[in-house]
Amino acid sequence: MNTLPQQLANGLLLGSMYGLIAIGYTMVYGIVQLINFAHGEIFMTGAFGALTVYFYVLPDGTAMAIAVPLMLIGGAIVAVLIAVGAERFAYRPLRGAPRLAPLITAIGLSLALQEVVRNFYPGADRARAFPGLDATHDIGSITIKDADIFLVAAAIICMSGLAFFVRKSRTGRAMQATAQDPDTAQLMGIDTNRIIVIAFAIGGLFAAVAAVAYGLKYGNVDYRMGFLMGLKAFTAAVLGGIGNIYGAMLGGIVLGIAETLASAYIDGIPGMQQLGGQSWANVWAFALLIIVLLVRPQGLLGERVADRA
Amino acid sequence: MRRSMVILTSVLATGALTLTACGSRDEGGDSSDNGDGTTLTIGVDAPLSGENSTTGLGIQYGAQIAVDDANKNKLVPGVTFKLKAYDDKAQPATGQSNATAITGDKTAVGAVGPLNSGVAQTMQQVFASADMVQISPSNTNPELTQGKNWQTDKKRPYPTYFRTATTDELQGSFAAGYAYNKLKKKKAFVVDDKQTYGAGLAKIFNEQFKKLGGTVVQTDHVNTGDKDFGSLVTKIKNSGADLLYYGGQYDESALITKQMKDGGVKIPLFGGDGMFASTYIETAGTSAEGDLATSVGVPADTLPAAKTFIETYKAKGYKGDYGAYGAYAYDATTAIIKAVKAAVDANNGDVPSDINKLRSSVVDEVQKSDFEGISGKVAFDQYGDTTNKQLTVYQVEKGAWKAVETGTADLG
Repeated sequence: MNTLPQQLANGLLLGSMYGLIAIGYTMVYGIVQLINFAHGEIFMTGAFGALTVYFYVLPDGTAMAIAVPLMLIGGAIVAVLIAVGAERFAYRPLRGAPRLAPLITAIGLSLALQEVVRNFYPGADRARAFPGLDATHDIGSITIKDADIFLVAAAIICMSGLAFFVRKSRTGRAMQATAQDPDTAQLMGIDTNRIIVIAFAIGGLFAAVAAVAYGLKYGNVDYRMGFLMGLKAFTAAVLGGIGNIYGAMLGGIVLGIAETLASAYIDGIPGMQQLGGQSWANVWAFALLIIVLLVRPQGLLGERVADRA
Repeated sequence: MRRSMVILTSVLATGALTLTACGSRDEGGDSSDNGDGTTLTIGVDAPLSGENSTTGLGIQYGAQIAVDDANKNKLVPGVTFKLKAYDDKAQPATGQSNATAITGDKTAVGAVGPLNSGVAQTMQQVFASADMVQISPSNTNPELTQGKNWQTDKKRPYPTYFRTATTDELQGSFAAGYAYNKLKKKKAFVVDDKQTYGAGLAKIFNEQFKKLGGTVVQTDHVNTGDKDFGSLVTKIKNSGADLLYYGGQYDESALITKQMKDGGVKIPLFGGDGMFASTYIETAGTSAEGDLATSVGVPADTLPAAKTFIETYKAKGYKGDYGAYGAYAYDATTAIIKAVKAAVDANNGDVPSDINKLRSSVVDEVQKSDFEGISGKVAFDQYGDTTNKQLTVYQVEKGAWKAVETGTADLG
């Protein structure tokens, strides 16, 4: 049996999730040059927001077709509120400070969010079950489940929506302007504070969509889920060219596919047995990042400065 | 800019280290005599938060009940026991610093734990240097008691280390025998998490399964903390295996079995005591149906002596899962308490005033342990291993672990 189509599908799915989260890193970096290391935790709180809607708001036995949109809304409200709150109370006071200060704040915030969820969310000290969309479909030699279809559809809709928003809407153009030169943008009458808040909010929204997809796909969420996913998404953003929204999605997909193929095939190459398999997936993913940065320090799509937002 | 970064980092690091040091220094303070006798501390170390914490908490509260019982029944007249819990987060480095904190506590006479064999490796030396007894209720890796070359030349590395769980040599062989003879599985895919426990167990299963005549079609390794196993599932599907054997903990195996069954691979996952926990079923849901795990000892709820223990555990509303190691933790703690009693008796009924002398005689007395615990007979051989070599295969049936076979491995 040829496993390549299935492995490519696996990689594409994983990569779409990285890409959705990476948008949050890249938007914020593009506008305020801050790497928001708490973004992985914003993703995590989005998952818990959606979980809350399912277990504590909706009546038992609600059909998933109704539950999923409501969970998306719940997750999005939580993630956006936390992202915007973080901007307002943690990062804005440090706007003029040396860049190290907000960076350390971000790391502190990330730990704080993890611990708050662990200590105060019922049962969150270990993995909590999340409703899944587990019905499977066979398309040729590929098996995918409903949650995978949801993920891909969500990634496509979100990306096209964002592209349209950034290019066509007034606010989107204001974002591009702020990214290019915040001071001049302000002189032209753009409220840069508002633009920054919007960037954080969009990042939170995308993280919430990714979080719901994650829960539906893997069937459980826990308070540390944001750490590795956040790190990978950050890698994806850098790989694609940080600051560029298309780069973030491309970087995510490249990373996901590279990781999957490496874990699937490298141990089959004679003499490479020791360097393959699932446990080496991360090593190959980061090796790819290093190689890309050596050859193209600006990332895959890093030069399209005009498009960054 | 770069300079200020370096300074800031060093300031933060130094500050953190200083604070940690203060924290551990304070702990020896409140020692010994307080009116009605002596208070002695028993440390319990296990993962109490995050990964593996379900079974870790089972160990903590199993030990807690043993301490409460001993105090209530005045097992050692004039001595009150106190349990102090340490969270190792399943991290070897944290386990080592906890071991240092326990040995630094001048009221501590012994320690129960840890859960993970990999954590135990870093703790053994610390307890050996302090000549303090350590009894693990759950470590199963053979190297811990029988040395690196346990297959050819058994040699006990640390005289202070004991365990009430049997070894993976028996567990892996027992699982292989059950899979081949009872389940009639011939082609196994073997995966482990590269940790001391998981890799060791998977290797023993692999060897024994082949020795019996089965085929190991492929092996793979995962990282603890991995969430996406799509690539692995496709490999398993393609390999034509009829059984997946997993050496590791439930955190990963629950996700693997779910993703595997969702991916259309309907073969059972078989693992060791590390995944024998209610959390496995809670996380994997209906995908767990039919999966199997071996665990040490006979099922706790079939032991008449463990009945009161289980009732107490439930009545107190303790968190965690006592199923896998709760009764073993109880017996490990009781072994330490009984050893203290023997040491006190040997000293004309007085608690030796020198804590080092007490610790050292407790080690000797634990070696001589011989009593009926709630999990069966508690006694140790010349390596510090339990003489109770019973193992049980459990299978998930209608959302609960159900014992399907109890016995011991035939290493012949």
